[in-house]
Amino acid sequence: MFPARAHREYPHRYRLEAGQCKKCGKVVFPRRLICPVCGHREFGKVILPDTGKLVSYSVIRVAPSQFTDEAPYAIGIAELTNGVKLMAQVADCDVDNIKVGMDIRIEFRRIQTDGHHGVLSYGYKFVPKWY
Amino acid sequence: MRDVAVVGVGLHKWGELWDKSLRDVFVEPALAAIDNAGVDHIDSMVVGCMSGGLFAGQEHLGSLLADYLGQAGIPASRVESACASGGLAFRTAFMEVASGMSDIVLAGGVEKMTDVSGDGATYALATAADQEYEVFNGATFPGLYALMAVAHMHKYGTTRDMLTAVAVKNHNNGSMNPYAQYPFKTTKQEVEESVMVASPLRIMDCSPITDGGAAVILTTVDIAKKLKKPIIKVIGSGHATDSIALHSREDMTTLRATTLAAERAFKMAGKTIKDIEFAEVHDCFTIAEIVVTESLGIFPAGKGGEAALRGETGLDGKFPINTSGGLKSKGHPVGATGIGQIIELVKQLSGVAENGRQLKKTPKIGLAQNMGGSGGSTLVHILEVI
Ligand SMILES: [Zn+2]
Repeated sequence: MFPARAHREYPHRYRLEAGQCKKCGKVVFPRRLICPVCGHREFGKVILPDTGKLVSYSVIRVAPSQFTDEAPYAIGIAELTNGVKLMAQVADCDVDNIKVGMDIRIEFRRIQTDGHHGVLSYGYKFVPKWY
Repeated sequence: MRDVAVVGVGLHKWGELWDKSLRDVFVEPALAAIDNAGVDHIDSMVVGCMSGGLFAGQEHLGSLLADYLGQAGIPASRVESACASGGLAFRTAFMEVASGMSDIVLAGGVEKMTDVSGDGATYALATAADQEYEVFNGATFPGLYALMAVAHMHKYGTTRDMLTAVAVKNHNNGSMNPYAQYPFKTTKQEVEESVMVASPLRIMDCSPITDGGAAVILTTVDIAKKLKKPIIKVIGSGHATDSIALHSREDMTTLRATTLAAERAFKMAGKTIKDIEFAEVHDCFTIAEIVVTESLGIFPAGKGGEAALRGETGLDGKFPINTSGGLKSKGHPVGATGIGQIIELVKQLSGVAENGRQLKKTPKIGLAQNMGGSGGSTLVHILEVI
């Protein structure tokens, strides 16, 4: 992971910063230069809510090399309380007991490491709300 | 626009072709297509390839492949739309002939996927997904289609049995295809006991890693008549895009780009889905075939799985799907897949599909649907014998 590539995503991954269209109110994550709904080009900055519900999930058993130590691990798509959908890992849970509709909250976690000398990449994961 | 026909097809056996290079894998079927068409030259060629760079360390494929095809000097392009690159090559060649820019164009596809490790292939394929917001977080392609499957199961009650029916049916069809990578039948038990890749998808829900190429020759209907060939006319071509990130879509139980591309192809052809007799669709995973048959309007939303389970998509069913064996059995050399689908349409429409998989009543009109990534791009083509 080249440092600049990781760095430019920090506002999204570390702080859940999203754009909100100043004309129609659409929230886009990550940020965009033009609103996909109304075509307006000015956005305000909003922070995504950190809770939502899982709308789908899968347990990954055959993982890419940077995640093999973690397999099996779950990924999911959650719809946050403001309607924005995100994909992330579902952490701190029994992977066999994940369900569609489950309440989750977003936590800041380490996502992947680039060998012994590379960039440590952090971002967001979903955690079941009761945890 | 001029009327365009497919006058030649070329295919070599797909599989793990360790003694063949990227160039061989393309040139063999391309020569076969030129021979099959009986043309003395081609004016131009378009090749679909998803990632010569990541799979074989080779880009600049238009020139390289034209040279090795003995055609150095002609205009030659490589086009890319992930796993829909072959379909895009076909559409690009179709537009070139229809517009009058060229008279005889070769549309090909190629992917050499076994010159890298399994992990290298997974990495290359994953570049068709959203790197920063899907792959970064641990998504894989089976994982993305698994998310689609779980959402479809939750919304419509689609079951394991229905996914299995797709795999068993496609292997049955592929067992009669001499060009297939895995030309063998499978059973419900084999599918349901195969290793889990990304729940609920097992290895027997997934299309394989494949080396393969395919090519067809397109020309005008007027030239086709002079060649004294059966006229297989391209009556519809549709192309559409969607967000490549699955989570950015309003509804992940349907494939909007497939619906849009089909609407455009039907509009050009002046046909509806009711006029189509059979289809080759992009079953990169079993769930994909179910969702695609719904998105094309062959079955209502949520009913594709039941239709597969009832045998309606089998060779004797009311709407045969993937008579070739589909990506599941025939193999999925990503850039070549879309051209492979067109070749199966041409064979069925000509009444020459091998080894007993020819539809009993030779069809007159068929459709091919080829998609990229988790559905971020789709090409739909409709061919008719005239
Ligand atoms: Zn807007």
